[in-house]
Amino acid sequence: MSKELLFKYVLTLGDDALILGQRLSQWVYKGPFLEEDIALSNISLDMFGRANLFLEYAASLKGSTTTADDLAFKRNEREFSNHILCEQPNGNFANTMARQFFLDAFYKLFFEKLAESEDEQLSAIAQKSIKETTYHFRHSSKWVIRLGDGTAESHEKMQSAIDNLWMFTDELFEMNEVDNNMLTQKIGVDCLTIKAKWDQIIDEVLSEATLKRPENIHMTSGGREGIHTEHLGHLLSDMQYLQRAYPDAEW
Amino acid sequence: MGHFLPSNHSSKANTLTMSAVQETAFQEKIDAELKIEAKDWMPDKYRLHLIRQISQHAHSEVIGMQPEGNWITRAPSLRSKMVLIAKVQDEAGHGLYLYSATETLGITRSELIEQLQMGKAKYSSIFNYPTLTWADMGAIGWLVDGAAIVNQQSLRRTSYGPYSRAMIRICKEESFHQRQGYEIMSKMSNGTTEQQEMAQDALNRWWWPSLMMFGPADSESAHTSNAMKWKIKRGTNDDLRQLFIDRTVKQAELIGLEIPDPDLKWNPKTKHYDFGEIDWEEFWEVVNGNGFCNKERINNHIKARSEGQWVREAALAYSEKKQNGV
Ligand SMILES: [Fe+2]
Ligand SMILES: [Fe+2]
Repeated sequence: MSKELLFKYVLTLGDDALILGQRLSQWVYKGPFLEEDIALSNISLDMFGRANLFLEYAASLKGSTTTADDLAFKRNEREFSNHILCEQPNGNFANTMARQFFLDAFYKLFFEKLAESEDEQLSAIAQKSIKETTYHFRHSSKWVIRLGDGTAESHEKMQSAIDNLWMFTDELFEMNEVDNNMLTQKIGVDCLTIKAKWDQIIDEVLSEATLKRPENIHMTSGGREGIHTEHLGHLLSDMQYLQRAYPDAEW
Repeated sequence: MGHFLPSNHSSKANTLTMSAVQETAFQEKIDAELKIEAKDWMPDKYRLHLIRQISQHAHSEVIGMQPEGNWITRAPSLRSKMVLIAKVQDEAGHGLYLYSATETLGITRSELIEQLQMGKAKYSSIFNYPTLTWADMGAIGWLVDGAAIVNQQSLRRTSYGPYSRAMIRICKEESFHQRQGYEIMSKMSNGTTEQQEMAQDALNRWWWPSLMMFGPADSESAHTSNAMKWKIKRGTNDDLRQLFIDRTVKQAELIGLEIPDPDLKWNPKTKHYDFGEIDWEEFWEVVNGNGFCNKERINNHIKARSEGQWVREAALAYSEKKQNGV
């Protein structure tokens, strides 16, 4: 039972990194300039590296012959438990940066806690991820500030990106049965305790960016239970195409 | 007026002698295998030739991100996805080094990009072919990067310092790309029947365009003579093409793929492979903009750049505000 819950917990962490990495990889040659193509590829690569570590761990918990690739390429929409924010389309550069900024701020705090996990593998992956996330956060928060405090056009685009994605941020701090169990076992993170710090980081950056924190927005969640926006299905059908079309092939 | 004539005349003569002296010194330096650096005197034609060649090379790296970028979201495993993203990212880096090398010659990156988008500057025609299956990721790495390496290895000895140093850096990464591409081909040609068919089909489609990457035959090549004299180019198109063929034929045999050329045959006298006639008509069609993807590649580039316009403006506005202490 507890192994099954740990599997679910690790899988969510893997799914978040995988789906976000997939979104970022859609930018590779479409960034506003070459240096940014390189930066976005880097972050995407970090995400896939992280996804690989979590999914390999999850696969080992599942046992038998399951591989990380099986988990990435052969599960359906309802079996993915990533946060809905990760699957949101790239939109314009401001949308991508807002999405990244919310998640980087969250994961920065989350991995600092997860590094203290009594599960050695999770702690090791968390420690590796802290360094990357620090760089990711610097990158995304600087863009939020530049765009917020850049031109009138960029300010307006950045504000509307923040407003449109805000509804997906509460989900990051929800604690379900799996999370509570993991917390009791000193394996998982208490997301409720990092919420205040997250709010503070967001407020600081938004204020420097001359942007407003959205208010009275209805919050959406469901990703952890496999309820997603319609975007995920399209992302998966693209990502999983070869594995699904040629199930006997090795690549 | 008459007064000024003689002095005017003699200053012109002086200038002529001056530049003749400089040109001789320049050529002596080149003949002695010394590098020309950005601040050194160089003939205008040398400078223009370099701007054209290096920027064409930079644009090729950048446009080359598209055909492979086309498969990143569909890469069939986590590992292959990471390898492909890292490769496309390397190409962006190559584009950057080469734009910087071109900028040492007194032209800006945005001017160069404008030339590309207006169709005044070219990029390698190979990137105007479509990537249709995953095997194309193998074929591009193996053949296209493989052909690029042959060319770039020879350019490590090019006479212009910044270009030569960029080539040395780039060559190291290109050999990774070539190996990774070959690995995909090798896996697929040892895979299921469908995978084998994809691999052979990709080789069939990419083989001849790869040979065309070396440019027209020496007898037809407009730029070769000065480029060789100035040691910008260090091998002729035909020699480099032959070197690539000789290397690649054995690699194809090793993984059981067949090169789509019935005339391909080992020649024991020359110790090289003889090969069939290249379709130069197709080559010129693609060079002149009538390839399968020419319009799409440029339109994508224009689209990405124009969608990024407001971002670049915002970054500039922000940094100006900060500089002025606002
Ligand atoms: Fe390259
Ligand atoms: Fe390459």
